[in-house]
Amino acid sequence: MPKITFVDSLGEARTVDAEVGSTVMEAAIRNAIPEIAAECGGGCACATCHIYVDDPWGTLTGKASEQEEDMLDFAYAVQPNSRLSCQITVTEELDGLHVTTPDRQG
Amino acid sequence: MSETIKTDVVIVGAGPAGLFAVFELGLLDIKSHLVDILPKAGGQCSELYPEKPIYDIPGYPIVTGQGLVDNLLQQIEPFHPTFHYGEMVEAIEPLGTAEAPLFRVSATGGKIFECKSIIVAAGGGSFQPKKPPIEGIEAYEGSSVFYAVRRMEDFRGRHVVIVGGGDSALDWTLNLQPIVERLTLIHRRDDFRGAPHSVKAMRELVANGLIDLHIGQVASLTGEGGQLRGLTLKGADGALRDIACERLIPFFGLTMKLGPVAEWGLNLHENLVPVDTEKFETNVPGVFAIGDINTYPGKLKLILCGFHEGALAAQKIHRYVYPDKKLTFQYTTSSTNLQKKLGVH
Ligand SMILES: Cc1cc2nc3c(=O)[nH]c(=O)nc-3n(C[C@H](O)[C@H](O)[C@H](O)COP(=O)(O)OP(=O)(O)OC[C@H]3O[C@@H](n4cnc5c(N)ncnc54)[C@H](O)[C@@H]3O)c2cc1C
Repeated sequence: MPKITFVDSLGEARTVDAEVGSTVMEAAIRNAIPEIAAECGGGCACATCHIYVDDPWGTLTGKASEQEEDMLDFAYAVQPNSRLSCQITVTEELDGLHVTTPDRQG
Repeated sequence: MSETIKTDVVIVGAGPAGLFAVFELGLLDIKSHLVDILPKAGGQCSELYPEKPIYDIPGYPIVTGQGLVDNLLQQIEPFHPTFHYGEMVEAIEPLGTAEAPLFRVSATGGKIFECKSIIVAAGGGSFQPKKPPIEGIEAYEGSSVFYAVRRMEDFRGRHVVIVGGGDSALDWTLNLQPIVERLTLIHRRDDFRGAPHSVKAMRELVANGLIDLHIGQVASLTGEGGQLRGLTLKGADGALRDIACERLIPFFGLTMKLGPVAEWGLNLHENLVPVDTEKFETNVPGVFAIGDINTYPGKLKLILCGFHEGALAAQKIHRYVYPDKKLTFQYTTSSTNLQKKLGVH
């Protein structure tokens, strides 16, 4: 199963298993990763599962859709590598994915 | 203070659960008033996902969030519910007994209700504006920082900065520009979600030098005694820039906060209100909780569950409102009595 590493805003890393076909947000919630709220449950409707995709993974996770960009307007401290983790589907290629969580969700 | 509004039931929250409760109560001749802090009905469905399709409403293979709300409003129309929008229920005060409950309910804006039962259909809580995590921003709230425009006069002749890229940010940019000293619009990217004609009008103001548009995010605020003087903007390129600012209006959307529900003497479990699964009544007799706000073993936060909960709560409420009347079970298909109430007979 692909593994994802979440680094929190204080620098602590947690590596979890993520099922192919699920989302990065779901992997975070199932494993009680801090700093991810996911209030709307994956509907791309709240911007509280905001993450930063660390280099060089951005090329594999791809770009945010237009709707996701609209929701990112409601997030804080948005950077060019910002994504909503509910919009990234786990694939075999993403095994080893490395992301950082912001210190605060919306 | 306004006159007390007397009714059978006050429903807190006009989301799908609160709306359908009007129907179930109406069939039993129980009158209700709905109060919601939002300016419109629909709760999460119309606020968070009006255009998204829902696939698990029984009998509707597909319906959008707003489509469902519109249908519910049409369905409850025969019962003439009274809506009180833009008002938050702040306090409830028990006046009666466990056998004959009576409550005084007060809402922001000074409205007072007197009712025999209360249905709390508050969902994830009341929608409130999100506050950006800029250090020290609290010190300016209400004097220099506003999350909504209530009185345009508060902004006349001032250096006003609006942050955001949606319709609220654009509409207020266009409305306030003529009366302020200088208006600056800040957004994190050079793409705006708002209605195309508003975006166009805003771009024209920028092109004519009538407003300033900056792409970036607010990094810090300066001022003293609650009076803002300026802010520092961090551009998309990381460069810092100081901007004069006496009034700041951030539009970062809405978030749900439990709010005053926590202060009504109801038991709470992880910000949810425990209820029984026969009547969906809380620990306070006469106060019911349905929809996303309640919890019980096996609870699912689904719209269809909120509908079921409202139907059962209405049965018990009937006993409070009409203690001497016996309730007979009837179908809308076959009962001429129910059909009369629905105005179809
Ligand atoms: C993106 C997304 C997709 C979803 N998809 C589905 C789906 O496919 N199927 C499904 O069944 N469910 C879905 N849901 C869940 C569904 O929307 C909720 O279960 C439903 O909205 C709950 O209805 P409700 O009436 O209990 O509360 P809400 O819809 O949350 O409405 C509560 C209302 O109460 C108001 N309120 C709260 N406190 C106060 C107060 N003190 N004074 C005044 N007003 C107050 C709020 O402002 C709000 O308008 C989805 C949710 C989201 C976010």
